[in-house]
Amino acid sequence: MDISLLLTSTLTLAGGIPLTLLLTFASLLAGLVLAVPLAFMRASSCKWLSLPVLAYTYVLRGTPLLVQLFIIYYGLGQISAIRSSVLWVLLRDPFWCCLLAFSLNGAAYTTEIFRGGIQAVSNGMIEAAQAVGMSPLQIKRRIIFPIAFRSVLPSYANEVISLVKATSLASTVTLLEITGLSRKLVSETFAPYEIFIAAGVLYLGLTFLLTGFFHLLETRLNGAPRAEARPHRVDLQQVAHE
Amino acid sequence: MKRHLTCALAAFLLAAGLAHAEERTAITIASEGASPPWDYIDTNGALVGFDIDVGKELCTRMKLQCTFVAQDWDGIIPGLLVKKYDAIMAGMSITEKRKKSIAFSVPYAVAPNQIVMRRGLGLPASDIDAKLNLTDIDAAKKETIEKLRESLKGKTLGVLRSSNSEAVVRELFGDIAEVRSYDSQENIKLDLTSERIDGGLGDRLVWKQFLDTPEGKAAEFFGPQLSGGTWGPGVGVGLRKEDADLAEAFDKAIETSVKDGALGRISQKWFGVDISPQPAK
Repeated sequence: MDISLLLTSTLTLAGGIPLTLLLTFASLLAGLVLAVPLAFMRASSCKWLSLPVLAYTYVLRGTPLLVQLFIIYYGLGQISAIRSSVLWVLLRDPFWCCLLAFSLNGAAYTTEIFRGGIQAVSNGMIEAAQAVGMSPLQIKRRIIFPIAFRSVLPSYANEVISLVKATSLASTVTLLEITGLSRKLVSETFAPYEIFIAAGVLYLGLTFLLTGFFHLLETRLNGAPRAEARPHRVDLQQVAHE
Repeated sequence: MKRHLTCALAAFLLAAGLAHAEERTAITIASEGASPPWDYIDTNGALVGFDIDVGKELCTRMKLQCTFVAQDWDGIIPGLLVKKYDAIMAGMSITEKRKKSIAFSVPYAVAPNQIVMRRGLGLPASDIDAKLNLTDIDAAKKETIEKLRESLKGKTLGVLRSSNSEAVVRELFGDIAEVRSYDSQENIKLDLTSERIDGGLGDRLVWKQFLDTPEGKAAEFFGPQLSGGTWGPGVGVGLRKEDADLAEAFDKAIETSVKDGALGRISQKWFGVDISPQPAK
């Protein structure tokens, strides 16, 4: 293995980090905005609300992301009605195609994760909230969502990490993020070993930072704080549970 | 008892493997399978095309059994180096840069490259039958390139990743046009028809076949036919450097099949023109 090539290519590939992060966070944000209302619909007892969302998550989770990206990028581009519509301004650009594919796919997984969290919120808490006179929207906002969010945080962190790695698929539609740059570099040097190791190290670094962040967030949002620090809150919590 | 048997079997297989490497009765040849008519996958899933037919012809002459496999273009040289197969026949030009990693046979085809642009971009008329050899660029050639640069300013060009066309486009037009690299020529065509890119540079014969299809009507050749420079002397068989015996066998087979016209006939069949190299005088 050529160590100096490994080092220089790591530096070159680092130039792809901004695009990888932009793709990750933009699709995370869009996915989250979509997923929260969808998760409440999915958890709803009304069939007309939950079934369409089930169909959406079923299809998006049941097909590979690469296939979805190809359908959006190459597939939609073949339809002349779409090419002559306003949508084409965005779909023409590989970046927006990726963002659309990653957001829709991520939203499907996030919806199912949040649905689990919402359904796990105990009835007692909801009844207590109703008893003090909160409206259904208030209950969702103040009780269900915060509790659900905290309980699904570890699974959501998993989803975020998957998404970081999924952005590497953007290289198949000409974007030069970390993987795209590595493939370009491999074609110049014919040394896939060093260069893909360098790319792997960069992804590992990104995942390390994200895992750390979510770990911090989990401790911060921990419902049962250290007893000696805030004893009175523990008492309140116990009351609420009983 | 069982252990002894396994051991004996392993030793036998190892010996058989070594003997096999010494005689060489069969080889595996990799092709890209996505650049018709050079090499592509037909509706039955079989690899066919000019490269495959030439390969079969050469193998008969070398008295070797050949198996063809499809391999994506950007991994085709690394795959050869790690011995996934023994030779590459995929319309690959013999270039100085590739020669640093692998060896080549003598050329079995000489094929020009050309730019293709979408119609309706308002580009000036150009002589598409003119030829421009990029080796030893003089003042006249420089002027032709400068004219091309003016026309292509601000355009988006698609090229095959790890191809010479990519290197040439980045070198000549990289500063004035946006260059996008694709996995296969097929995807460049798709993005050209959907107007994501304005044009591209690639093998003239591959373009020719595309331009004759209904989808290809939306595009046309632009500028002179390009050769030389990065493209080198022509298309050859890619081989590992240590397999000198194989290179020698390929060279001999190519030379005889050029002389007796077999290569020319295969070229006529797939391209409608003879692109086999001129026999040495």
